[in-house]
Amino acid sequence: MTRETPAGDLRLANLTKRFGIFTAVDDLSLTVPQGSFFALLGASGCGKTTTLRMIAGLEEPTGGQVLLGDRDIARLRPYKRPVNTVFQSYALFPHLNIFENVAFGLRRRGIRSVDDEVMRMLSLVQLDDYGSRRPAQLSGGQQQRVALARALINRPQVLLLDEPLGALDLKLRRQMQIELKRIQTEVGITFVHVTHDQEEAMTMADTVAVMNAGRIEQLGAPADIYEFPATAFVANFLGQSNLLAGEAAGTAGGEVAVTAHGARFSVPAGRARSDRGLVHLGVRPEKLHLVGSADQVPAGHQHVTGVVTDASYVGVSTQYLLRTGWGTELSVFTANSGAATQVPVGSEAVAYWDARHAFLLSRDAADSDRTAPVVDEPVGASS
Amino acid sequence: MTVLAQVPTGSGQPPPTPPAARSGRHRLLPYLLLLPGAAWLLVFFGVPLVQLAAASLYDPSGSLSTGYALTWAFGNYPDVLQAYWPQFLRSFGYAGIALVLALLLGYPLAYAIAQKAGRWKNLLLVCVIAPMFTSFLVRTLAWKTILSDNGALVGLLRDVHLLAPDGRLLATPFAVVLGLTYNFLPFLVLPLYASLERLDHRLLEAASDLYASPVQAFRRVTLPLSMPGLVAGTLLFFIPASGDYINAELLGTPNEYMIGNVIDSAFLVRLDYPQGAALSFLLMAAILAVVFGYLRRAGTEEVL
Repeated sequence: MTRETPAGDLRLANLTKRFGIFTAVDDLSLTVPQGSFFALLGASGCGKTTTLRMIAGLEEPTGGQVLLGDRDIARLRPYKRPVNTVFQSYALFPHLNIFENVAFGLRRRGIRSVDDEVMRMLSLVQLDDYGSRRPAQLSGGQQQRVALARALINRPQVLLLDEPLGALDLKLRRQMQIELKRIQTEVGITFVHVTHDQEEAMTMADTVAVMNAGRIEQLGAPADIYEFPATAFVANFLGQSNLLAGEAAGTAGGEVAVTAHGARFSVPAGRARSDRGLVHLGVRPEKLHLVGSADQVPAGHQHVTGVVTDASYVGVSTQYLLRTGWGTELSVFTANSGAATQVPVGSEAVAYWDARHAFLLSRDAADSDRTAPVVDEPVGASS
Repeated sequence: MTVLAQVPTGSGQPPPTPPAARSGRHRLLPYLLLLPGAAWLLVFFGVPLVQLAAASLYDPSGSLSTGYALTWAFGNYPDVLQAYWPQFLRSFGYAGIALVLALLLGYPLAYAIAQKAGRWKNLLLVCVIAPMFTSFLVRTLAWKTILSDNGALVGLLRDVHLLAPDGRLLATPFAVVLGLTYNFLPFLVLPLYASLERLDHRLLEAASDLYASPVQAFRRVTLPLSMPGLVAGTLLFFIPASGDYINAELLGTPNEYMIGNVIDSAFLVRLDYPQGAALSFLLMAAILAVVFGYLRRAGTEEVL
């Protein structure tokens, strides 16, 4: 697919949006490289949709710039921007058939012969024979693909996706994630995808930005963020983490010594966001292994002793809760690979981990242990 | 086509009702519910309509005192058309001009109430309907006072030379069209409001995102989606306006008389029943022709 408009990265510079006294987006700066698949991930009300709407031109920024290449488009009307959106509600025109819905953008720009292009788009989203139907005659998944075709046909420099898969059931959502990724690779357009589904963001995006309260908590490749989160929020929003409140005593010999709940642990210096003072010692549940007693722990591993209070068999894994001596329940996921035997509820067990899999985050004085994932709940006026 | 194959094709059919549950009584129920309305329509519309049709074919030389004879005098129709075609044209002309004025006033009004009024929506709707709480006659008489030669409005217009020193508003075509526009405006605004109120604002955002300027977005999205309300509103406005006689009677002179005035006088002044009946039928036929032509052009036959 050839590019009609000059190339360029999408850059947000000190972008801010306030609704009255509520700050939805707070001095946001980031760069989305041209042709990449970028995900803005966050709970409802974190400002991710507002950010998207400012890129689309549907919301005017209180301050800051939206740069496409070298051009600031922040004050352009939406119909003057080389940016198109796939809306959460799809917003298909109910009075037009599928063909005319897809042709809408081309026709508004005065392009006469749209047939070839529309048919090519419909075939890209596998809806070749649906051109003469009305949106109401299509299923949710089909409508979603029409919305995608309607936006893509304009070959925008940036395609914005506002939770486009939110209304689909789980199975269809997985299929559409793969489809979207395939189409993005095929057309090579920059995709900015807003979602609150961390799995969706990780499956699809090259780069994920985790947003919280109008700011970016962490930005990076999905694996990097998951393996080494920057904050306690990220650690428990992107997947789940066992975070133990402790105190670090500085780096010595490439290791950071941590005291937590009376026990001593160590973490490689390269895995520490903070090496002194109040810290969270974090380990992902699947990085923990359960054994019956401390002498089964392999050399060079750290461990915690506790009592198994719950075991949930979920097919691919068994998820245990281990209550430690100080009362915190740790999550432990064991892969159902056939290697490990089930640990009965009520029995004493030892959870151990490789020190290289742990990480250290700085911690506020008020924060204690955190092992529950962040649940998605509406917190603000705008999502 | 792997994805397509697994897309659900809708929520599926509800299980069919077992035939035993649909007894004769249940099948009859809808007709029973129709009965009172149908009887009403028959007695107060069907019978008079036949009566009127018969009257339109009476011997025109008869009178109320000597009695009428049904002589199938089809000649009554060309006769009245020849005598009163200016009033016919004037009726549709005035109603048409009033409709255009009402659209110019009513569409922006309905749009503003439906999409922009926020918490004032209900209050504004009440304001649209409030004049209907007084009688049609009283409202029209009020306009007679407002437009009167020694009223404040005429005085002001004369002072600013918008009106000649001996110019007047009352008893002019302007006054009649103004009265029609005013009196039937709510019939246009309310159906328009209903369809504009359902307009999803996100569709306008989508149009704007897809390179439609505000004017294009209105033409391609707002207008087509408000079409059902627009069609219903224009019909509810135009039909009574073209048959009206009160406005021409109170705000005009015999020079502004519409076909309604002629029918009124045929029945109540001249007591010429065959003429009045023939005119009534011609008016009905003309309105039906206009309405069908309009609906065909508007492409919304499903409204009927």
